[in-house]
Amino acid sequence: MSFYRIIEQYRDFDFSQFFEQVTDQAIKRSLARERPDALDFLTLLSPRAAGHLESMARKAHQLTVQYFGRTVQLFIPLYISNHCANQCAYCGFNHANEIIRRKLTVAEIELEAQAIARTGMQHVLFLTGEAQHLTPLQYLEEAAECLKRYFASVAIEIYPLEVEEYRRLHQIGVDGMTLFQETYNQKVYGRVHRAGKKMDYRWRLDAPERAAQGGMRVVNLGPLLGLADPRSEIFLTGLHARYLDNTYLETEIAVSLPRFNEAEGDFQPDYSVDDKTFVQFITALRIFLPRAGLTISTREGAAFRDQILPLGPTRYSAGSSTGVGGYSEKKEEQTPQFAITDNRSVDEVAAAIAARGYQPVYKDWDRSL
Amino acid sequence: MKDDAFKLGNVTFTNRLLTGTGKFAANALIPQMLQACGSQIITVALRRIDTTTQSENILDYIPKNITLLPNTSGARTAEQAVRIARIARAAGCGDFIKIEVITDMKYLMPDNWETLKATEILAKEGFVVLPYMLPDLPLAKRLESAGAAAVMPLGAPIGTNRGLETKSLIEILIENCTVPVVVDAGIGRPSHAAAAMEMGADAVLINTAISTARDPVAMARAFDQAVKAGRAAFLSESGEQSDLARASSPLTGFLD
Repeated sequence: MSFYRIIEQYRDFDFSQFFEQVTDQAIKRSLARERPDALDFLTLLSPRAAGHLESMARKAHQLTVQYFGRTVQLFIPLYISNHCANQCAYCGFNHANEIIRRKLTVAEIELEAQAIARTGMQHVLFLTGEAQHLTPLQYLEEAAECLKRYFASVAIEIYPLEVEEYRRLHQIGVDGMTLFQETYNQKVYGRVHRAGKKMDYRWRLDAPERAAQGGMRVVNLGPLLGLADPRSEIFLTGLHARYLDNTYLETEIAVSLPRFNEAEGDFQPDYSVDDKTFVQFITALRIFLPRAGLTISTREGAAFRDQILPLGPTRYSAGSSTGVGGYSEKKEEQTPQFAITDNRSVDEVAAAIAARGYQPVYKDWDRSL
Repeated sequence: MKDDAFKLGNVTFTNRLLTGTGKFAANALIPQMLQACGSQIITVALRRIDTTTQSENILDYIPKNITLLPNTSGARTAEQAVRIARIARAAGCGDFIKIEVITDMKYLMPDNWETLKATEILAKEGFVVLPYMLPDLPLAKRLESAGAAAVMPLGAPIGTNRGLETKSLIEILIENCTVPVVVDAGIGRPSHAAAAMEMGADAVLINTAISTARDPVAMARAFDQAVKAGRAAFLSESGEQSDLARASSPLTGFLD
């Protein structure tokens, strides 16, 4: 079984027609359902449901507080390599971009870890571009071995692996895996991924499932909003999360909803998601997936991140640098993967969270687990 | 009322409300909450304890006279639960341990089989073991034999606030267990806690319902009162309930 079979069921689904037929009464009914199904979720994602945003927000808030309390888990990304064999039209690390390429040595990773550890961060997500020949599994294992000496939780956002490779990383102490499908629309996927192994849609689509099979505790999915029709992207992301949730009971599923941000190059996305629609997406995801983690990165601005806190998010990155060597070295030398709009320090983000009546949680995992 | 204490291991407690440290808006609410409700036992997830960095340590917010009940949240196997218990003890958290072995992240149901295995090991090592479990009598008896200091059946899935959905199963445990029965998880309101105590539970553990209330301190006080009211009702043996109105002309009156 693969989530692909569920995607196939929606291949010819007419989303526009469905949205046109959504009534206010249907929205109210979907909102009231204790266990919303896929079509309830889609109803809440309809343009018409924007008129019910306050009710959706209240329900999302209530569910979030019930299942997660007034807490937000903090994590920090660490870029250890920007080498990449792919040509993703939208990405700063695109193989065709002439940027300074580098891969940190283990000693340099350690310097970064020390710099991050001084901020109090305990959950780290390390990232590479997709260049398996330059950053092979052994390198990733060495990176993980180094990082687990400094952090309570170590997660990866790297190229897709085989089940056994995920298992190896899990065994040495990696407990989480993040991977964005970027787009579930197979045509658009083929258009924006112009070279490299990432062209293989299925290989990427099934990677979160392989990570779960390999023992990863947290699997975090996401579409890159801007590449294809955002409502159907969020819909399929939610279904992907629910599919994994139903199939792998031991795995915690989390969802990110990154909005397109400017990177290197001059890619113009076909779609944009305004703040109101973004909030609708967050609240609909929370209602559909009450226990799922919702991750909001520093792609979103500081004021906006503070405001959406009560509506469903549970995991925030903070103090982030998206360049290689960004924590222990001078800033101007790195090319970021994408532009950051919340530039606050870890302390500042934590203080803002506390000021909103939420507890910033630095540690919610233990290496002994 | 007579001296109404209950024992866990060799320790005697006078307050029957156990609390938790999870989900609070700020750790600073924890000591206030404890003071408001008089709880003498508080559970804390080892995975949340951080003594290594400059970020705050949750243990600093728990007064020294409160018994710490570290829990094994995050454990998927008996082996992991055992490892966490040993780490907690080595870190100075005492001998109490609440075993939570959960292999299903969807409903957070306790894995009874792994829980029993962990209980067997840890009781032998001298821990005061409080296993979180599905209310199942054969399992409860096995946990007792394995040396559990109490059994902690769930009232409803964790965090759901649905109350005593497993009421009749818990009643069976209360009737048949020799160790204390502490209702854990699912209790959403003080009235649920009162009902659990009224039917004879020895104690209740409340976390979400207190920590996520708009005013957690006031809610803790309400739970304390509810637990006391329910306990007093249990001890005073309320009159039997009946669904039938008492007939003024008894059907068996002709026998008199």
